[in-house]
Amino acid sequence: MGEISVRAGGAAGDGIASVGEVLSKSFSRMGLNLFGLNAYQSVIRGGHVWFQARASTERVHSQGDGCDVLFALNKDTVDIHAPSLSKGGVVVFDPEKFPVAADSLPAGVKALPVPTLEIARKYTSQSILQNAAGLGASAFLAGIPLEILQGTLADSFGKKKGDIADWNLGAAADGYAHAQSKTGAHDRAIAKAGEPKLLMTGNAAIALGAAAAGCKFLAQYPMTPASTIMHWLAAHSVELGVVVKQAEDELAAINMAIGASYGGVRSMTATSGGGFSLMVEALGMAGMTEIPLVVVESQRSGPSTGLPTKTEQGDLNLMLGAGQGEFPRAILAPANAAEAYKATIRAFQLAEDWQTPILLASDLHLSENYMTVDRSEIDLNVDIPSLYSVPSNGHEYKRYQYTPSGVSPRSLPGQPGLNWIAGSDEHDEKGHLISDVKSGLPVWVAERTKMMQKRMGKLTGLEGATDPPALEGPADAPLTFVAWGSTVGPVRDAMIGLARRNVATNLLNIRTVWPLHAKPVDEALGRAKSTLLVEANYSGQLGRLIRAETGRAIPQRLLKYDGEPFYPFEIMAKAVEVLGYGRN
Amino acid sequence: MAGTSAPSVVPAVGMQLPVVGKSDTKPTWCPGCGDFGVVAAVEMALKRLKIPSHNVVIVSGIGCSSNLPHFLSAYGFHGIHGRSLPIAEGVRWSNHDLTVLATGGDGDGFGIGAGHFIHTMRRNVDMTYVTMDNQVYGLTTGQASPTSMMGQKTKSTPGGVIENPLDPISLALAAGATYVARGFSGDVKHMADLIAGGIQHKGFAFVDALSPCVTYNKINTFDWFRQRVYKLDSAGHDPTDLPQAFQRSLEWGEKVPIGLFYKTEKPTYEDLEEVLQAGPLSHQPAGMKGHESVLDEFT
Repeated sequence: MGEISVRAGGAAGDGIASVGEVLSKSFSRMGLNLFGLNAYQSVIRGGHVWFQARASTERVHSQGDGCDVLFALNKDTVDIHAPSLSKGGVVVFDPEKFPVAADSLPAGVKALPVPTLEIARKYTSQSILQNAAGLGASAFLAGIPLEILQGTLADSFGKKKGDIADWNLGAAADGYAHAQSKTGAHDRAIAKAGEPKLLMTGNAAIALGAAAAGCKFLAQYPMTPASTIMHWLAAHSVELGVVVKQAEDELAAINMAIGASYGGVRSMTATSGGGFSLMVEALGMAGMTEIPLVVVESQRSGPSTGLPTKTEQGDLNLMLGAGQGEFPRAILAPANAAEAYKATIRAFQLAEDWQTPILLASDLHLSENYMTVDRSEIDLNVDIPSLYSVPSNGHEYKRYQYTPSGVSPRSLPGQPGLNWIAGSDEHDEKGHLISDVKSGLPVWVAERTKMMQKRMGKLTGLEGATDPPALEGPADAPLTFVAWGSTVGPVRDAMIGLARRNVATNLLNIRTVWPLHAKPVDEALGRAKSTLLVEANYSGQLGRLIRAETGRAIPQRLLKYDGEPFYPFEIMAKAVEVLGYGRN
Repeated sequence: MAGTSAPSVVPAVGMQLPVVGKSDTKPTWCPGCGDFGVVAAVEMALKRLKIPSHNVVIVSGIGCSSNLPHFLSAYGFHGIHGRSLPIAEGVRWSNHDLTVLATGGDGDGFGIGAGHFIHTMRRNVDMTYVTMDNQVYGLTTGQASPTSMMGQKTKSTPGGVIENPLDPISLALAAGATYVARGFSGDVKHMADLIAGGIQHKGFAFVDALSPCVTYNKINTFDWFRQRVYKLDSAGHDPTDLPQAFQRSLEWGEKVPIGLFYKTEKPTYEDLEEVLQAGPLSHQPAGMKGHESVLDEFT
């Protein structure tokens, strides 16, 4: 096995994200598995941003711990990140910009001066070209062949080829050659491992999944970290026939999506916690009127505006309880890009089958970071049945007919003889209001009860149609992690790290947060020898849900709410502590 | 493939498809409510245009007047407070073969829904919005509304309203509505003409219907309006003249103009949304079969 992590850091506006993307794509084209962490701040210029591309011949589930090559565009980057360099690590820097004293670096870490500005000046007065030179030097150290680097770099300029693209390719080659002339590749330099993989962020996977699932309408209001879902679909709108509407606010976005779904197309909205808070009332309307709807909730650090560019899993309670009264919903929690693609397709199918809102829980860590996916994991061949079916009860049409499943035949506007009113008020089987002159009268009191039971009965079906929790790893391990969503990634990496140290652990991956699948969760926890809850929030919201649904408390908890993603070493350290291996 | 075939409920050849009429639900408004005139005018307009009822969707929010969709035989969506317009836009974009109307009150449209009101107009979505403007909150039993006049005493303003009323007509003109009219419940036929004109108009048609609340607004009564309303077309108003329309929209007091303030032709949102040029969205193919090349960007 081989693995290497390259980190690049600088100020916002330095082009760090582009450097990271080119590195990530180069590794992906080498057939390596990759996780690319894009760490940025809520500023457009200045501050400190960094990107880590972790490549491996094995599956990687997180950004990992530490790095091997550090490309520092400014002195801050060295100060902040040099302690993360592993033994044998190399700092790539330009001595014309700032000095790096060898004795300021951790033991076993080298500094590689690269004249990036000088190389840039060969081509243009634009100093941004220094990135390509440093990128070339870093790529050499990491083992990326020059032609692969130049290929991804050229592609990053898209159609606007010409001088700028040529200069970048030249500067990258110069940086590459400079490093080659001064040093050998890093000890952990990695080689091509197979066929190119697909590289995508969680949001790209969600957008792709939506399009594959037949989504024809997305309404959204910009909000980090959900915005790139809209960007991707907007860029492919005409090609794929998807109407993308940037609404005036999230209130409009969700109501537009509900209107479009009522009108007969698969529809979605996407937002983060702040926008989702505004959508709450309409979410209940979708539940009450029994209109299919997919809502992506990509969480970020709260409360309120919180840390807009940092991650958290703090909105689980909100998603569970969003909306006055009670209505059926499901909350799916994919852990990586491949799972997000599949979960999005599943969300559309569930929404349509069960005529109720389905929430796709993501967060900044999943939405905005880069992950490789095997081509075989992306099946575009999704069966999308026509919505224009003949409701089975013909001209005695009752839109909200009582059925064993709770799902009633749905007609669409434009179908003759099947007209109905979608009512946010309580209604009878035909959709007639029972909220005003009928409310409180005995027969309609009974009707209300039946209608509530009809809707809420869908939860039984939803439980059957969603993924139960998965137990990953050896069943008899002495420790069971419990996690959901993007936190599952670093837990998986921690399990690999622990296994290398002969510590067996397993993971109860809560793939569907709601309905919780209480029975298998209860059974799995009952069999576990010890348990550790890992969540990115303050109060252990999943733990509380599990306790409410199963009666089982998970007293050992690793909770993180600093906005940063989990690092595998933190989870490994906590696991060792829980297992008592650290004690005398 | 989704929606590539026409709706599979096909009426027999020669069968007369019903147009919009009354539903089997009777209005629950107070006797004498202005909204009876508005629902009658909507029904009259739709009947006159002979649009089959299954191709009409009437969307509303919450409030006394927002119950309107239940009283007619079209498809309908009785949504949540203030959101009739975004729901209606979604319906319209999902299938622009449909005739889409939104109906509701002044609180729904100009209070809680004011943001959507402005944005739907600037988009020039091809639909018709009829507001039953009674200048008071009725269903919540008599609080001030955005169109309540200065000084009006209500349960929430026992000392009288101290805010300037919003003028829906000048707001609509400013926001870019391409058909702006005002009707009065006391003249149903005239209002039906305005609504029918709005439905036929290609673009966003706004009809503010003066619709007195007989229970909670003792100032702006039927009599109050009867003494003041006059018809713009008989006063020589030119509805193609925007400055003149603004001028007329400022009249409120001794005289209250009703009729068509302004009408112009502009491309609609549906005209400009490229995806919709391939036909109604709900009848377009869905999914990514045949679009495998999209994956190339990820390698």
